[in-house]
Amino acid sequence: MGRFIGRRLISSLPVLLGITALVFLILHLLPGDPAQIMLFGSNATPEQVRALHRDLGLDRPLLVQYADFLWRILHADLGISFITQRRVADEIAIQFPATAALALVTMVVAAGIGLVAGVLGAVYRHTWLDALSTGFSVLGVAVPNFWLSVLLILVFAVHLGWLPALGEGGLRGLILPAASLGWGFSAIITRLCRTNLIEVLTQPYVATAHAKGLPPWAVVGRHALKNALIPVVTLLGLQVGNLLSGAVVVETIFGRQGIGALAVRAILAKDFPLIQGVVLFVALVYVLVNLVVDMAYAMLDPRVHYA
Amino acid sequence: MSTEAKSVSWYGVSLAAGDRLAGRAARQFVRNRAAVAGLVVLAVVLILTTVGSAIAPYNPVRVRVADRLRPPSDVHWLGTDQFGRDIFSRILAGARPTFLAAFIAIGLAGVGGTVLGALAGYAGGRVDDVIMRGMDILLAFPGILLALVVITILGTGLVNVMIAVGISLIPVYTRLVRGTMLSARQQDYVVAARAMGCRPSRVLIRHMLPSVWAQVAVLSTTALGWAIIAGSTLNFLGFGVRPPTPEWGADLNAGREYLNAAWWLSTAPGVAIVLVILAVNFVGDGVTEALDPALRRRRAA
Repeated sequence: MGRFIGRRLISSLPVLLGITALVFLILHLLPGDPAQIMLFGSNATPEQVRALHRDLGLDRPLLVQYADFLWRILHADLGISFITQRRVADEIAIQFPATAALALVTMVVAAGIGLVAGVLGAVYRHTWLDALSTGFSVLGVAVPNFWLSVLLILVFAVHLGWLPALGEGGLRGLILPAASLGWGFSAIITRLCRTNLIEVLTQPYVATAHAKGLPPWAVVGRHALKNALIPVVTLLGLQVGNLLSGAVVVETIFGRQGIGALAVRAILAKDFPLIQGVVLFVALVYVLVNLVVDMAYAMLDPRVHYA
Repeated sequence: MSTEAKSVSWYGVSLAAGDRLAGRAARQFVRNRAAVAGLVVLAVVLILTTVGSAIAPYNPVRVRVADRLRPPSDVHWLGTDQFGRDIFSRILAGARPTFLAAFIAIGLAGVGGTVLGALAGYAGGRVDDVIMRGMDILLAFPGILLALVVITILGTGLVNVMIAVGISLIPVYTRLVRGTMLSARQQDYVVAARAMGCRPSRVLIRHMLPSVWAQVAVLSTTALGWAIIAGSTLNFLGFGVRPPTPEWGADLNAGREYLNAAWWLSTAPGVAIVLVILAVNFVGDGVTEALDPALRRRRAA
């Protein structure tokens, strides 16, 4: 197990390096001189551009610049934001807790709902409960989160007045954004959970469990569900990525703090250090989460041996 | 089963077997009522996309302040927006950029991913390693984040949205095509073709790629829904079309400011998007079921 973790860590190093290289290149793939881009709109004289060019070390070979970039990342130095004039690392540190809270609440609630709906759909297959569960998942995948957000605001904030339209202020402000983000998420879990459980329920060992007189809930809960849930765990890891990119939309609509709203602001303002920092951060979080999921997977499934 | 096995080696027969398979897939598709309904909806929407601006009751960009924020009526079926523009006409006209973006993105991803995946799966070794590590890196940028990176580099605009969505789908295609190529490489008919002295290019194009098409078709129908959502999301966020160009995501965003006074502004484009996504997903499920015998057997069990 320890060796597996070590090897998995080492094997994700090239990806991590690749992410930093791509993020580093954003500034160099843009048309024009990076120094000019950074001084955009400030009426800089050619001398100022040249000075910044030298200060940024842009006259050095690209590889040297990249090594320098890596060195600064290792010291959590992601540069200074154009728009706020604050350190990008601080900016991310301020905004991240809000996104983490939103993603965590969404994930827990949506996974719970998806699990229940999926199990009900599989156990009561071909009944109205199954139809309800399937309808829930089919619609959940089809409704884009940006419209769901607007719709929920329209119904629950504008017309009923039950919940705030702007998502700040504790748990009440979290309900609508989490619901907007969570439906699609739990729809995918419902679908996968239902399909897997239906397949597992046809296995001989399930028939054996029934035959030896176990009550139905124990057959499903203790025998079938365990095996049906293994692929769901992998999906959870992959879906963290969708949650983070969904946060881009939902945070913008609900006017919340967070990494997603920060990303949109940065791109619209062409704040390149901030863009680089946010993109790098989100990608790193995503890779690390999937690393953890892989390990959980190895622990959950005794059939998986990593020698 | 046995007739199919017999018909692989000889070209004429294998073509007949192909026809039979296509016929069976079509019959399987027609049996799925949701898929047929989806196809009908999609066909209607696509026709409206091409002739939409001709049959639209009003000019979708004509401003008439006197008519602003009118609720749905028999004059304006879906009401008017904050500039007095007819929303039904804007929905009709907005279908075009929405679909165009999705189709071009899928085309870009399909071609790019197939070329890269075929190269990786066929060449193997160093080439495979380089391509697949590259894809791993792209896949580390989740969901629309990769599209946002591309937008950052290329700038905003509808064409750049298409490219961005396309690029973010390339790794998915590459992985699929590579996997299919790897398994095709082991197949007896490919080994036989090579043993008979076929040129590598002929083995690749004539014998290996055909097994890829069905997979690419299945993926494309599933990816289409994602591409439509991703494209309209980017438009919604303001990275795509510029006003006054009608586009569903952009119009939905514009209507957001008038939620208190006029609910129909953002509701009409929202319903349009959901309807289209539902149709696309139903068709996708139908195609997957019809073309994937393994899945069909699982469903039957």
